[in-house]
Amino acid sequence: MSRLSTSICIGLVLVGVGLMAILNLSTAAGAPLHVPTYAISLVGKYLSYAILALAVDLVWGYGGILSLGHAAFFALGGYAMGMYLLREIGPRGVYGNALLPDFMVFLNYKALPWYWNGFNHPAFAMAMAVIVPALVALIFGYFAFRSRVSGVYLSIITQALTYALLLAFFRNDMGFGGNNGMTDFKDIFGLPLQADSTRVGLLVATAIALCLCLLVARYVVTSRFGQVLIAVRDSESRTRFLGYRPESYKLFVFVLSAIMAGIGGALYVPQVGIINPGEFSPANSIEAVIWVAVGGRGTLVGAVLGAVLVNAGKTFFTGAFPEFWLFALGFLFILVTLLLPKGVLGLLQKKTGGRV
Amino acid sequence: MTTIGAVSDSLLYLNGVSVSFDGFRAINDLSLVLAPGEMRAVIGPNGAGKTTMMDIITGKTRPDTGEVIFRADTDLTKLDEPAIAALGIGRKFQKPTVFEVHNVWDNLLLALAGDRRPRFTMWARETGEERDRIDEILATIRLSDLRHTRSGDLSHGQKQWLEIGMLLAQEPQLLLVDEPVAGMTDSETAQTAELLVEINKTRSVVVVEHDMDFVRALGVRVTVLHEGSVLSEGSIDHVSEDPRVVEVYLGR
Ligand SMILES: Nc1ncnc2c1ncn2[C@@H]1O[C@H](COP(=O)(O)OP(=O)(O)O)[C@@H](O)[C@H]1O
Ligand SMILES: [Mg+2]
Repeated sequence: MSRLSTSICIGLVLVGVGLMAILNLSTAAGAPLHVPTYAISLVGKYLSYAILALAVDLVWGYGGILSLGHAAFFALGGYAMGMYLLREIGPRGVYGNALLPDFMVFLNYKALPWYWNGFNHPAFAMAMAVIVPALVALIFGYFAFRSRVSGVYLSIITQALTYALLLAFFRNDMGFGGNNGMTDFKDIFGLPLQADSTRVGLLVATAIALCLCLLVARYVVTSRFGQVLIAVRDSESRTRFLGYRPESYKLFVFVLSAIMAGIGGALYVPQVGIINPGEFSPANSIEAVIWVAVGGRGTLVGAVLGAVLVNAGKTFFTGAFPEFWLFALGFLFILVTLLLPKGVLGLLQKKTGGRV
Repeated sequence: MTTIGAVSDSLLYLNGVSVSFDGFRAINDLSLVLAPGEMRAVIGPNGAGKTTMMDIITGKTRPDTGEVIFRADTDLTKLDEPAIAALGIGRKFQKPTVFEVHNVWDNLLLALAGDRRPRFTMWARETGEERDRIDEILATIRLSDLRHTRSGDLSHGQKQWLEIGMLLAQEPQLLLVDEPVAGMTDSETAQTAELLVEINKTRSVVVVEHDMDFVRALGVRVTVLHEGSVLSEGSIDHVSEDPRVVEVYLGR
């Protein structure tokens, strides 16, 4: 059942993205079937969010860890990418400084802060986009799970984590661009970011990353490890008396999930063209949890579905009636919680007699 | 039967154990010796401290004072739950706790003795040996036909047995069983007594129970707990004639 829905999901993502890519690159603007480039990047953004949703579902749906701070890992991955993209600009910035990004010149930095070293190498930056979120998750999770913090208390401290990072990244002296964050990127891997082919390439890369994350997550939750994880979710103390250490299971899945969130963030930034401290805002993490609830918690595919559906809705709403979006989101969450406890995917499964 | 003092060949030795919750002494200077291979029944009125005693042995609750020695050399009060489980002490809870979303087979698979670390379970594949062992246990606990049933859908009595099966799968030296027949029908109760006697052929067992007929059916040495310490100990006939026991049970 879940294997079929996983295959359908991967098939739809790859075929859909493939079609969009072909229709964007091989047809001229104005042609009947032309897919505009802004749509390419919009879908790329949705799929980056879908990777974040997958990460949330892994810890919440299977480990019972309701993280309300997952956007922090997404944003950390995004910042690592942003740092690379700024350094890639080189001497072509407004101030023409070959070493210092514009905001540093503006803020009177004399030298590059040491932690910006290496970010001119794309491979190093990509590695940092997963290593930094993984390390933060490892340290945070180690202390939280070892002291057996769980339930509401854990949710609260994950909010505190992302809030603390929000405040830190707002500061100019942190060296991450403060309030304004990072933007005005030019190239990625030597390719111009404004080019259609680069945009399409980023969308395809995001689709592939999403499918790989889905496959990894599916392997994990269907392995014996995953069975123990589900047992921990439902009856933690029982697993302890069987000789398992729930804290090590939670820590493992939490770190893996942070890595996925970091990948999502790194793919998100070049497609939206900006990363700023707002990405750490506690509300973002809560939204990600809503995507998962809407799609169907503990199903993986539902998380992907929920992220795409809710964000497509958000695009529509913020265009049509911007002031109502938050109400709509809140209403949707209440509606799903009350009427669709298994989310949209659960509904689809019921309609198809449990076949997908 | 063990005499007090022969501690070096005891399997489990509780000595002067006390624990208080907010000033209330749930366990009060409790001492108890269990010989290897022994089955012991522990009875006592509600609130006597029977479950708390199991919490202390399995590392869930740390005693304020006293020692809990396993196999004459390991002080269990220094260890946590997974470490104690790994030493070979298994526990069945008062309220049956199985992993409801997993089927019967998977519950037993997760309980089977083996490497518990994530780096092992992440790659583990079910082996023929594991399958044979689970088949064996399924036969013992009479759930062979329900192997694919989601364990949340089992009847109360079947859950109790599944939990005993999970205990067996752990291959512990010592089983702690808390009120296994609570809520069971008479025939299920009788079958459970048979099952425990069978299990006791290879393992030591401490069983807490209210049901006097059940305890009589086990035919083992009985310890009576009252207000956190041992009130009386001996055969079921001996303790039921003990005037202090009669007073506690009738004076309730
Ligand atoms: N964690 C705890 N906190 C506070 N009081 C407890 C705790 N555990 C047990 N008690 C108290 O200790 C006493 C013994 O409880 P318990 O061991 O469950 O008794 P029994 O299993 O013999 O019925 C009861 O009065 C109970 O309320
Ligand atoms: Mg009890």
